[in-house]
Amino acid sequence: MSKARATIYGWLLLGPAFVLLAAFTHWPAIATLYHSFHSTARRNRPSVYVGLDNYQGMIDDPVFWQALINNFWYAVGTIPVSIGLALLMALWVNEKLAGRTWLRLAYFTPTVLPMIAVANIWLFFYTPDYGLFDQIRGLFGLRATNWLGEPGTVLGCLIVMTIWKEAGFFMIFYLAALQSMPPNLAEAAAIEGCGRWTFFRRVTFPLLMPTTLFVLVNAVIGAFRMVDHVVALTAGGPNNASMLLLVMIYDVAFRYWDVAYAATLTVVLLAILGTVALIQFVVLEKRIHYR
Amino acid sequence: MTVSKFGRRGFVAGGLAMAGAAKLAAPALAQGQTRLNFYYPVAVGGPITKLIDTMCADFERENPSIKVQPIYTGSYQDTIAKTLTALKSNDFPHFAILLSTDMFTLIDEDVIVPFDDSDQAWIKSFYPAFMENSQAEGKTWGIPFQRSTIVQYWNKELFKEAGLNPDVPPKTWADQIEIAQKLTKRDASGNTSQWGMQIPSSGFPYWLFQALTTQNDVRLMNPEGTRTFFDDPKVVEALQYWMDLSMKHKVHPTGIVEWGTTPRDFFERKVAIMWTTTGNLTNVRTNAKFDFGVGMMPFGRRGGSPTGGGNFYVFKKANAAERAAATAFAKFVTQPERAAQWGIDTGYVAVTPAAFETQRMKDYVAGFPAAAVARDQLPLAWAELSTHDNQRVTKALNDGLQAGLTGAKSAQVAMAEAQREAQRLLRPFQR
Repeated sequence: MSKARATIYGWLLLGPAFVLLAAFTHWPAIATLYHSFHSTARRNRPSVYVGLDNYQGMIDDPVFWQALINNFWYAVGTIPVSIGLALLMALWVNEKLAGRTWLRLAYFTPTVLPMIAVANIWLFFYTPDYGLFDQIRGLFGLRATNWLGEPGTVLGCLIVMTIWKEAGFFMIFYLAALQSMPPNLAEAAAIEGCGRWTFFRRVTFPLLMPTTLFVLVNAVIGAFRMVDHVVALTAGGPNNASMLLLVMIYDVAFRYWDVAYAATLTVVLLAILGTVALIQFVVLEKRIHYR
Repeated sequence: MTVSKFGRRGFVAGGLAMAGAAKLAAPALAQGQTRLNFYYPVAVGGPITKLIDTMCADFERENPSIKVQPIYTGSYQDTIAKTLTALKSNDFPHFAILLSTDMFTLIDEDVIVPFDDSDQAWIKSFYPAFMENSQAEGKTWGIPFQRSTIVQYWNKELFKEAGLNPDVPPKTWADQIEIAQKLTKRDASGNTSQWGMQIPSSGFPYWLFQALTTQNDVRLMNPEGTRTFFDDPKVVEALQYWMDLSMKHKVHPTGIVEWGTTPRDFFERKVAIMWTTTGNLTNVRTNAKFDFGVGMMPFGRRGGSPTGGGNFYVFKKANAAERAAATAFAKFVTQPERAAQWGIDTGYVAVTPAAFETQRMKDYVAGFPAAAVARDQLPLAWAELSTHDNQRVTKALNDGLQAGLTGAKSAQVAMAEAQREAQRLLRPFQR
């Protein structure tokens, strides 16, 4: 095959993915950046170039900062716990125990359910007085709590629900990785007289690192991307106590129709996710052994 | 599935219309066929989609030259999002049902046209309270269709248990506290097993709050939608009253009360009196396993409630013939008989006094007097909060209310901050 032909083949193979990525990812991202430097068009007031005005407005917007801080705590609250839990569950259902297929299925069920359905189930769990949690607490004589109606508890409620939803999903990846791990490693370790904990710390966990990176990237994106439940449970309330960045972007774009400001917020979200992904790939990559 | 259904119906209706046009060979043919896309939301339970389909079919039968394609577009929120997006394309709605409070937003987006008000008799046939949210700049931008108000529902059994007259709900604000105190049950350890009353405060607390401000005789905005009065002492007083119900008198749950589970709290006897929309009437009638009452709101300085719900709007992108056809449709479905039937089928308040004068409605009200409560309250009702940049201004108020109700801010501070934010948002419209 001539070199020119190979080039054409190469581009043809690359083509579909390239077109899709360009049309639905790169072009919108550039357009968003463009819109963030312009004002929103209104009656008698066409869109004009406003420089950094939108960014200045964003810095002055207390709701933006609240959403950002909430999102930070939401990420910190959900990511480590759901990954840890996923690993624990995967290790457990990887053992040879009776009914482990059912156990795996049970752990995976939350992932299968649509987020809105999940939110409606949890809305009942969190209902004051006759909701599930308050009924259980009632057995111990504890007072009814308005879980979703108090600024102090609402974000925690969302975090707990997200962990429940996400852990099963991440477990599948860990389980797949554990299944593909050669058994002779365990046998060799056993001959050497290596304890279970040491084996996990020195063999299993390092071998799982590529999976952990993958799961971590997904978890971080998920922490900024999953918002259906916020809309269904609290709509960001009370008084923005559960407002997350993407919920805010939706509100600004499709309720206030302030396209320019929504674009500005989107640029910030893109920057955050881009930076985090970059750090993960560059820094963690060095510490991961791919087989 | 949906597409094929519409396609088939479209084909049949088109065939019929052509046959009709050929026979009559009248102006209809000269004008050709007018096709209308009609976006509508569903915000309450019941077979709304079927009712709308039937309505459109009936209209087409009487107006063979017009074809109406009803397109269900989700909630009110989804519908306005889809409408504004579709209006930027070539496949757009010619008219739609959207929130009455979105009027200023739609004017500012420059997408709607006012209704031809040469037919003053029709414009004047609606309840004035509904027209407040439908007219601006001296023009009529919306035609009331699926409208509601807030009423109080009370559990007659719990009233009897508490030694109260089960047929008399609270009539005044002072009454209300006293009655709610008798209806609140606490055990020895201080747990409340039954609340006297609750007013939902999640999602859109401003609407229920507006019942309190209306009763306190204060408006939240000017008719032009360019100014708000959130820091008026009477508004602060109304919020203080709501906060006191839970914080001082302890007859109302603390924190934010979920709108969605409030009816359920009522069915579970966790609360004796609830405030919610007339749109819940059918829901309560089906699910309450006890005798319940539906009553007008109690009186503060006056009585009343804000109105709510959706209007017809006609879009600028429609041509003259399409606008006329859409207006004809709005006229058709707001005729007294049809408005009455729509009210009976859905629980919405029939939009004209004439609808309540029809035999059909009279028979219905005779069998189910609760259906007339909303009507009797309408003379006292005021327009729902609606301004330019409406959703944002409303959000400023919602945030303030929730800050007050969760105890994060005092009523005074919360309302002053909401007003400052609203003032900032509305400044460009005050020129």
